[in-house]
Amino acid sequence: MVTEQIAPQYEGPPQVAAHTATWRHRHLLDVDSLERGEIERVLETARAMQEVLARPVARTPALRGVIVCNLFYEASTRTRASFELAGKVLGADVINVSAGGSSVEKGESLVDTVKTIAAVGADVVIIRHPASGAPYLIAQTIDSHVINAGDGQHAHPTQALLDAFILHDAFGRLDGRRVVIVGDMLHSRVARSNLWALTRLGAEVTLVAPRPLLPAWLARGGEEREHPLALPNVSCDSDLDRAIVGADAVMALRIQRERMRGALLPSAAEYARRYQLTAERVARAAPHAVVMHPGPMNEGVEIASEVAHGAQSRIEAQVSAGLAIRMAVLFLLVRGVS
Amino acid sequence: MSGDALIQGGHVVDPSAALGATLDLRVRDGRIVELGANLAPGADDALIDASGLVVAPGFVDLHTHLRVPGEEHKETMASGTAAAARGGFTTVCAMPNTQPPVDTPAMVASVLDAARGADARVLPIAAVTVGRNGRELAELAALRDAGAVAVSDDGDAVADTGVARRAFEYLADLDIPLAEHCEDPLLSGGGVMHDGVVSARLGLRGQPTLAELSIVERDIALAEASGAALHCCHLSTAAALDAVDRARSRGLRVTAEVTPHHLWLDHAAVAGCGEELRYDTAAKVNPPLRTRADVEACIDALAAGVVDAVATDHAPHAAPDKHCEFDAAAFGISGLESAWSVVGSLVASGRLTLTQAIARLTIGPVEAWGLDRRTTHDGEDLRGLGTLQIGAPGDLALLAPEVQTIIDPARWASRGKHTPLAGQQLSGVVAATILRGRLVWDGRAAL
Repeated sequence: MVTEQIAPQYEGPPQVAAHTATWRHRHLLDVDSLERGEIERVLETARAMQEVLARPVARTPALRGVIVCNLFYEASTRTRASFELAGKVLGADVINVSAGGSSVEKGESLVDTVKTIAAVGADVVIIRHPASGAPYLIAQTIDSHVINAGDGQHAHPTQALLDAFILHDAFGRLDGRRVVIVGDMLHSRVARSNLWALTRLGAEVTLVAPRPLLPAWLARGGEEREHPLALPNVSCDSDLDRAIVGADAVMALRIQRERMRGALLPSAAEYARRYQLTAERVARAAPHAVVMHPGPMNEGVEIASEVAHGAQSRIEAQVSAGLAIRMAVLFLLVRGVS
Repeated sequence: MSGDALIQGGHVVDPSAALGATLDLRVRDGRIVELGANLAPGADDALIDASGLVVAPGFVDLHTHLRVPGEEHKETMASGTAAAARGGFTTVCAMPNTQPPVDTPAMVASVLDAARGADARVLPIAAVTVGRNGRELAELAALRDAGAVAVSDDGDAVADTGVARRAFEYLADLDIPLAEHCEDPLLSGGGVMHDGVVSARLGLRGQPTLAELSIVERDIALAEASGAALHCCHLSTAAALDAVDRARSRGLRVTAEVTPHHLWLDHAAVAGCGEELRYDTAAKVNPPLRTRADVEACIDALAAGVVDAVATDHAPHAAPDKHCEFDAAAFGISGLESAWSVVGSLVASGRLTLTQAIARLTIGPVEAWGLDRRTTHDGEDLRGLGTLQIGAPGDLALLAPEVQTIIDPARWASRGKHTPLAGQQLSGVVAATILRGRLVWDGRAAL
């Protein structure tokens, strides 16, 4: 493998495969705009980052001098921590701004806040925001690189990339592999981004949820599926026991309590009876099937504890893959343009 | 306030009289007095050359947000009526969802006072319920007597079916329509765009088609039971238009309007057409832009006369209201100054005849609400409004239907600069506008 050295050797640079093509994206706003080769390049780069992380001193100065700002308008444990650590492992300076305890509390608009952050010199802004599309607004407003760390119900690109990384680890190429995603498709940014990542990599995806949690047009089929802006073509099923048979991977999504209030679901108990990933149900999947969950889990609702912590679970591996993926994304955005 | 003018050499089109001929037209003291070939100029006549132009009755907009009182940072009486004049509108019906809402006779009077001498005739619409609260009826008879031409809680439906029922019953004796914002809030559920493929792609909460249909069907039943007149504002879905069609064919007092944006754009406008997704707040409007099939249904219903009027739902906003997250952005498109270009483009593409297009902007809205039966608070008799008949108000729109234009809100009179039509090349320009015989907009030199 041809390698390029992207920083002085004193702690050792990541051994990233040299690409003739430059990384053409300034931002990571969604997965929709990534081609298959680009997703694979992120996964490859993440593998090089895993090598860095395995060293006794997990540090590399690849992004020394780069200022990364974590701008989080929603609570987050794993995403925020792993972005912060990703920046630090790569030698960047990381600042954290959260909606509480900042000018945001004084009523400052998002546009003004990000202009301020850009003015203090942030090269990369990582944004988590409850409004779908907020990262696009930021990308239009400032010159910094923008990474979407989850926007409303729209996208969570690094989560989808790390999920793809786990599946790649388990199966190699995903062509023809069948992935079942169980849960609230309507409101899940994780599911939306996974649809793009997994179908781009050749997997067949089945969404499983009660009808009120599936987009009506997707469940209904028909010509709207041919719309140029439609989500990738996937199948839908409201019967998990049927859909899970022979699946290569099963991913449960978090069920949020507020869905019960909007009458989208009768109760957590009814949901658990019909859609919980139980050992019995997982046994109907392929013997080599892996179980995933983006976290945080409601154990006993969408997933049984014995499954979450069982032999087929990759849930902890997802968290550690998240760090490597976020390092890869930071590295590609900042250094991928040759 | 009124003038004498001789409009010369234009192609005069009056759908109310099936008239289409090259004629001169004379206005005296603000009213049309003579139509004929080669009329001799009078001593005091302002001569207005309309050769090469279509001379139509001034347009009548049943749905304008002038933002007065209380939101003058979005629009003022001066900027809003100047925008109307540039759009060919000589009469605009002002929606009452202002700050505070127009829900008392004194508030109606204050809007009329503010509009005195403006570049367009302003006919107030009053709220159905006190403070638009949806619970207690406003003094509907007093509001009518003060000059309200319709009542509406626009921005919201009268969602409580019991309140809506009593409103219709009460209005049955008052001869003004209830102009309903047809959106069931329990179904639209905080949706910020149409519920469909594009909302699913963007992860935005959607308003389903059912939210419109539910109120339209309910109100048709209430209007039928009470005998009052229902006017459906800004219909956007094929299903609701079909419901209105069925109600009208049963002879019910149901009228309807569609907006220019619902006649031209579908929900894809929110996401843009390029490789990169967008969240274009200029395309955030309520009711939302729907599917292409819905757009086609709006055009068909307009051509067939199921819909009486093109109404702009001109909803101006200040820049910060739109330069923000999509969820936080205000609903609304500024429409007065592009309406004719959209309708003219439907003529150019053969979807409407010129006569149909003009009818839905003139006699259509006038007859829908019986505006020509009214006398304004200033004593102006509106007999003949929306027509070019002798004795009608001397309100004219001089149109260049085939002139191409690129929509450029920066050049507008309106303070609201937001439209998803910006940058589009459309067919149809308003060359000049005459209100009561007085030139209130003259763009002929730029043609």
